[in-house]
Amino acid sequence: MAYVAHDASVFAPPAEVGEMELYHPKTWLGKYVWSQDAKVIGIQYAITAIGIGLVALVMSWLIRLQLGFPDSFSFIDPSNYLQFVTLHGMIMVVYLLTALFLGGFGNYLIPLMVGSRDMVFPYVNMVSYWVYLFAVLLLVASFFVPGGPTGAGWTLYPPQAILQGTPGATWGIILMLVSLVFFIIGFTMGGLNYVVTVLQARTRGMTLMRMPLTIWGIFMATVLALLAFPALLVSAIMMLFDLLLGTSFFMPALVSMGQQSEHAGGSPLLFQHLFWFFGHPEVYIVALPAFGIVSDLLSVHARKNIFGYRMMVWAIVAIGGLSFVVWAHHMYVSGMNPYFGFFFATTTLIIAVPTALKVYNWVLTLWHGNIQLTVPMLFAIGFIFAFIHGGLTGLFLGNVTVSVPLSDTMFVVAHFHLVMAVAPIMVVFGAIYHWYPKITGRMLNEGMGKFHFWATFLGTYAIYLPMHYLGFLGVPRRYYAVGGTDFIPASAQSLNAGITIASLLVGAVQLVFLYNLVWSYFKGKPSGGNPWNATTLEWQTADTPPKHGNFGATLPVVYRWAYDYSVPGADQDFIPQNVPAREVART
Amino acid sequence: MSMFQQLMAKPWAADQGKLDDLYAGGASSRLAKKLALRVFLAVVTVLFTLLVTAYGGRMVYEDWRPAPQVNLLWANTLVLILSSAALQWAQYSVRRGQMDAMRVGLLAGGAFTVVFLFGQVLAWRQLAMMVYFDVTNPAIAFFYLITGVHGVHLLGGLVAWGRTVAKVWGDFEVAKVRQSVELCTVYWHFLLLVWLVLFGLLFTGNNLDLLLKLCGIR
Repeated sequence: MAYVAHDASVFAPPAEVGEMELYHPKTWLGKYVWSQDAKVIGIQYAITAIGIGLVALVMSWLIRLQLGFPDSFSFIDPSNYLQFVTLHGMIMVVYLLTALFLGGFGNYLIPLMVGSRDMVFPYVNMVSYWVYLFAVLLLVASFFVPGGPTGAGWTLYPPQAILQGTPGATWGIILMLVSLVFFIIGFTMGGLNYVVTVLQARTRGMTLMRMPLTIWGIFMATVLALLAFPALLVSAIMMLFDLLLGTSFFMPALVSMGQQSEHAGGSPLLFQHLFWFFGHPEVYIVALPAFGIVSDLLSVHARKNIFGYRMMVWAIVAIGGLSFVVWAHHMYVSGMNPYFGFFFATTTLIIAVPTALKVYNWVLTLWHGNIQLTVPMLFAIGFIFAFIHGGLTGLFLGNVTVSVPLSDTMFVVAHFHLVMAVAPIMVVFGAIYHWYPKITGRMLNEGMGKFHFWATFLGTYAIYLPMHYLGFLGVPRRYYAVGGTDFIPASAQSLNAGITIASLLVGAVQLVFLYNLVWSYFKGKPSGGNPWNATTLEWQTADTPPKHGNFGATLPVVYRWAYDYSVPGADQDFIPQNVPAREVART
Repeated sequence: MSMFQQLMAKPWAADQGKLDDLYAGGASSRLAKKLALRVFLAVVTVLFTLLVTAYGGRMVYEDWRPAPQVNLLWANTLVLILSSAALQWAQYSVRRGQMDAMRVGLLAGGAFTVVFLFGQVLAWRQLAMMVYFDVTNPAIAFFYLITGVHGVHLLGGLVAWGRTVAKVWGDFEVAKVRQSVELCTVYWHFLLLVWLVLFGLLFTGNNLDLLLKLCGIR
């Protein structure tokens, strides 16, 4: 870290990135398609991720139609159903949320919020997006190959993932695994950029502890992803070897469909360990950016500094570290050594401490705040609700003795959807309503936004609260049809039908959001440079939307942390990060 | 200032503000490239650690049959050591402004690497032709996987090496070339270290009992 003599800094010239050579394209294609501007790349990531996410949304409808009204739809057979479940999970977790938070928000916000002209390696950044797009296209291609996409479940557990009889056991699973390999390669290129930009390209005065929590969340999530994705890469390659070359990393000797397989001696449990060594940090790869962003939304829209900034940073770091030692709580019923269960239950419950700390701090930030119930704020508060509920059921599932009877029931589905689907997506929406004015120069329509929030918030609760009860009844997950089962009362089916109707409605409401995105782009109210009166650097740019290079002729100099809201004695209720003490108007 | 001290700072306090104002900003493409390589090496370390762990975890099963030993690997290891040494020589030379020696070191490093990769492919063929060859034997499968992944990383390194070689003829900016050579050297040393660990693992047959016990796996 470079420091200058103290007396020099008072009148120091603004930081200028002499060595960062920006590529200035001359053609439309170079500017908007083969762009090396992190902002454009961020938008490309976001549009692609949301596009493929809509496909996964339609799949969730099809899953719910089958569960709510079994035997009513001839186009959903058991194979299709498993394929929908698999692709819905995989797309939502990896191709939508990971790509949107890190590739989308990361690219757009990191250079702007740390005061940099761009990512440090713009060309690699561009390639990262195109590799991601290629991975998405491979995934889409699996819909059109013989046998269709894989139906192995998003966890892709062997041996069934590559055994005949599982949908998409040849082409589908190959394309899935190859697509993941490319996704990881693309992500690693982007991830190196995010980490190095945060550590190495911050502007004058922007120390680590002056960074907004959004950047802390995205930064730590990127570190997790860089260290966790290799496990998925290794397991994908090993499974491809098993499938294509006849090795036996994961495949034990077994009889499948009356035939003795040619495999022998592989360990399916090894795959599970590798997969969840990636899979659990993946939960926090999605959650940490959401934690960071929601902290900033709450602070800006409650006009109050974030409560316990240092603790918030420490909690992000601690959660990141702990997330690597809890993976086997996904494997309590896998037949592993029971002592492992004890260890992993303990670490899992320890992770509740920094997480709870964050929740308290969010609530305490709202306490006595000047709360503005704007659309981003509504979504931020919605996040707190969903996250607390999902977190509390996590305490149940973290304990081995409670978890075992609830394993593979709808209770698990309700838990992880609340905590890592509804909660992060609330933040995604909040963040889009919050930063859309910076990206386009126009506000999103507030009426449509409020309708979108209430319908989504209440609708998702209508889906997932009753689902816990189905889980208690013992309704299993992943089943195409339960059939006549003594322990499940007939009323469970009525509940399932109700959940389906709610999910169809929630899905349809997202069309209002999409319409709002397009409508406001042309007809929204002009926003000006800083419509929320926020302190962070992205709101202090010379142009809105910011041009290539972000900050005009000189980079901003940072004089304060990101949370100077309602400072006693100051005229305005916010002091931007680039305003020195002598320029703050006081009465 | 250490990372721990930075995380302890209270950014809202006036005194801390004076200290924080001294931070001059960090944008420098030289440092950025160095840091990027370090982060990438951390990612690669995780990748190989996972492979080694998976290998160790599989070894403890009772039906473990070690892969037959391919003696060519000794020669290959020697060649890889030579390639690393050649790059070290290139780095030593560029730091002293001896550009011809640097070019020789750089080219020799690349050439030895190509020989190593060729030798690895030869080792693959030798193993495949042995009577003990059985594709379902995990030890043999791991042998191909681990050597393959290591080879791919060297191939990637050769791309960076090629870009460096293209720079060192005609007029060039010494500082830039120097950094490229330094980064290549670090990467090669790292991959040599990884290889020595992998070589030890693949060549010890079933003799890792003590290590496995220490790790609590056996």
